[in-house]
Formats: sequence, C-alpha cells, structure tokens
Amino acid sequence: MHSEPYRQPPVAPVLYLKPRNTWIGNGDGIPLPPGVEQVKVSGTLGVVMGRTACRVAASDALAYVAGYTIVNDVSIPHDSYYRPALRERCRDGFCAISSALASPEAVPNPNQVEIRISINGRACGAASTATLVRPVERLIADVTEFLMLGAGDVLLVGELPDAPLARAGDRVRVEIAGLASLENPVVRP
Amino acid sequence: MKHARVAYAGALHDATPADGGVRLTDGRVVAEDAVVWLPPIQPRTIFAVGLNYADHAKELSFQAPKEPLIFLKGPRSICGHRAQTRRPAGVEYMHYECELAVVIGRTARNVARSDAYRYVAGYTVANDYAIRDYLENYYRPNFRVKSRDGATPLGPWLVDTADVPDPMNLRLRTLVNGRVTQEGSTCDMIFDIPALIAYLSEFLTVDAGDLILTGTPEGLADVKAGDDVITEVEGIGRLQNTIVGDDLFHIAG
Repeated sequence: MHSEPYRQPPVAPVLYLKPRNTWIGNGDGIPLPPGVEQVKVSGTLGVVMGRTACRVAASDALAYVAGYTIVNDVSIPHDSYYRPALRERCRDGFCAISSALASPEAVPNPNQVEIRISINGRACGAASTATLVRPVERLIADVTEFLMLGAGDVLLVGELPDAPLARAGDRVRVEIAGLASLENPVVRP
Repeated sequence: MKHARVAYAGALHDATPADGGVRLTDGRVVAEDAVVWLPPIQPRTIFAVGLNYADHAKELSFQAPKEPLIFLKGPRSICGHRAQTRRPAGVEYMHYECELAVVIGRTARNVARSDAYRYVAGYTVANDYAIRDYLENYYRPNFRVKSRDGATPLGPWLVDTADVPDPMNLRLRTLVNGRVTQEGSTCDMIFDIPALIAYLSEFLTVDAGDLILTGTPEGLADVKAGDDVITEVEGIGRLQNTIVGDDLFHIAG
C-alpha cells in the first residue's frame, strides 16, 4: 500500500457501488461474461438501512438499520485497485442479494458475525466481521458523513480476505449464522 | 421540448419553459425564481467519465486514456438548479466541472456506435464538483471526492433528443461570479457519446433512467463559500449553483 500507485494506505473507506444491473436474487444464475472462465465470489454481510441516514454518529448508527442480509459480491479477479473497476465488478448479475431480512434482534452484534462460503458443498472460505477494519457503526458514520443512505439501501461491509474462485456449473453458497443462506449457480449464458 | 421538475406552493409540477418564467403542470406561468428546481430526473445508475477532454487530461498531467475512465456516483448525490453546495471547512481545493449529461431512454446491451443515439432520451447539464483534498489512489476518483450529498447539481431542463441535432458540437462554459473560467466544446471529447454508450453496453446493461456525465474540458478553479457558479451547455441549459460554507451546515445541539 506504500508503493506506487497507492503511496499510502486508504484514509476513507474504499467504496464501490454495485449498480442495479448487478442485482440478482437467491437461486438466480451468476452469468460468466464472455471469455471469463472464473469469477471471485465473496460472501459478505449486507447492512439494510431502515431510514434515511445522513451524518450519523457511530454511537447512533445501528438505530438506522432495518436488519441484515446475505450478499454474494462477485467480481472478475483483478490486481489493481487504482481505477474504478467497473468492468470487473459491475457486470450484469454480479451481486446476489438474499431477500430474507434478519432483524437487528437476530443479529445482536454485527461485528461478531461468521461468514462462510462453500462451492458445491465444499467449504472454501470463512471470516468474521470482528476482523473488519471498521466496525459496522464506524462504517455507517464514515460513509454518511458525505453520502447519505436511504431506506432499503444495502451497505456491504467488505470482501472476504481469501474469496474463492468459481466456474460455470459451480453452486456457490454463502451462510451467516442467524440468517438464511444464499445460493447461486454460476452459469455460462 | 424541455422539461423540468419543480416544486411550487407545496406541490410538485412538471414544468416547461414559458415567456416570463416557467409553465406549471396546471398551465400557470410563474417566475423562474418562484419555484424550487428539483433535478429533472431521478437517475438510476450514474456513470461519470474522467479525463474525457484532451486539454483537461493534460491539465491534470495525464496521458489521454486509451479506454474511457468511468466511475459511478451515488444517485443521492444530485441536487437541482439554484441549489446550494457545501464546501467543507478546511478544504483547500474544490472545483466545478461543467458537463453535458446524457439521459438514457431504453435498455441498451451491446449497442453499436451507429445505433447509440437511438438509446438516448435527452440531455441536461451537470456540475460534477470534486473535492481534491480527499483524492486517494484507491478506485480513484473515490467516492469522497465525487459522490457527495448535494455536490452534483443537475438541470435545469431535460431536453429531448429531437431538439439537440448535434450533441457533439455544443459549447460549454462555466462562470464564477459572472466571470468566464472554463470554456470548451463537446466536439473535443476523446470518447464521444456513441463511443461511451457502445463501450458501457458491451460489458453491462445500461437502462432507461441511467445518466452518463460525459466529462469536462480544461479551466478548473477553486470555488469558495459565497461563489455563484453557473455551468452552461449551449442549447441545453444554464445551471446555477451557490457554494456555501460549513456554517450553514452546522448541526445544532
């Protein structure tokens, strides 16, 4: 992070947006783009906002949360984080979102959540939100300091450190204790 | 035809230009400064293009890019004509960017350059403010620079494509407190509108209501609280904005 082109570690959250064309639901196929053999699949916790959150203090942040969901943030593997990675991150169907919303009561501490990912039934990645650079409350505060979130917006807390790769025909399942699971096949359209 | 969304006397209206002001949905004509101007559309996905004028790329010490540099902006970052935009305290360099904004009219996937204009619903003006102090080298230009609440004025009008015979030959300019600080022409874009639509739709689906901010020419300058900033695009509109300081954004209590 200290070498070119980055020069120093990030100060603000490194944000990117998964636009509407990327959204799919539980069970929907993740389409492999032409010429792409494998995609990175990263289970993550989706924080679903319950009301407009603008310049929210970390100490108040969880009061703006309607609940939590499971998201599979798909991308084409890429090494450079210098420029926005639309071609790698914003393909159609590259963001699977479970429609099941777990209440805040079901997730008493979003910073102690285990995320597990498996491909074809074989466990291949896990992480705890306890290892996030920013706890969820801090993330909401740092984002809404300049960019308000609205009811229904989903804030993805971050990629798995060692997100696995999946190929056509693979079934990718993301599980978070206390939440329903999310499963999507990778398909060659 | 030109269309705007305005609020007047507590009600929302679809407005059109009229002699002496704007015509409301119910036919009344009221003064331009008697209405609150909302963004002419509520965009779905906002695509923005960086370094799309050779002179501006040079100004920022960059080689002209070989493929378009596209970034996304949060749809909540927009505001309307005559809005106030906040300059945070302690910031050294905040600049405007006058841009032609393209509103997509229908689903576009793998569109050929020659067909691209068929997917355009119309045009408006954007001022894509940036706060350079917050520039970091991760997914640059990062959200904190470019996707800020109320820091992307849009409007005043959405102009139908039929009224813009040649969008690639329009003069752009910015005036700060009445003085021209930025001038250019859309004819100098590195990637023109058909190229941008073809490029994007080759790898993702662009859809009705999506917005493409096509980049800005050279002539950037710092703006301070109290500055009156007008970005205008020939035949499309004249978009006014006022910079305000943190004192107006103080959170009481």
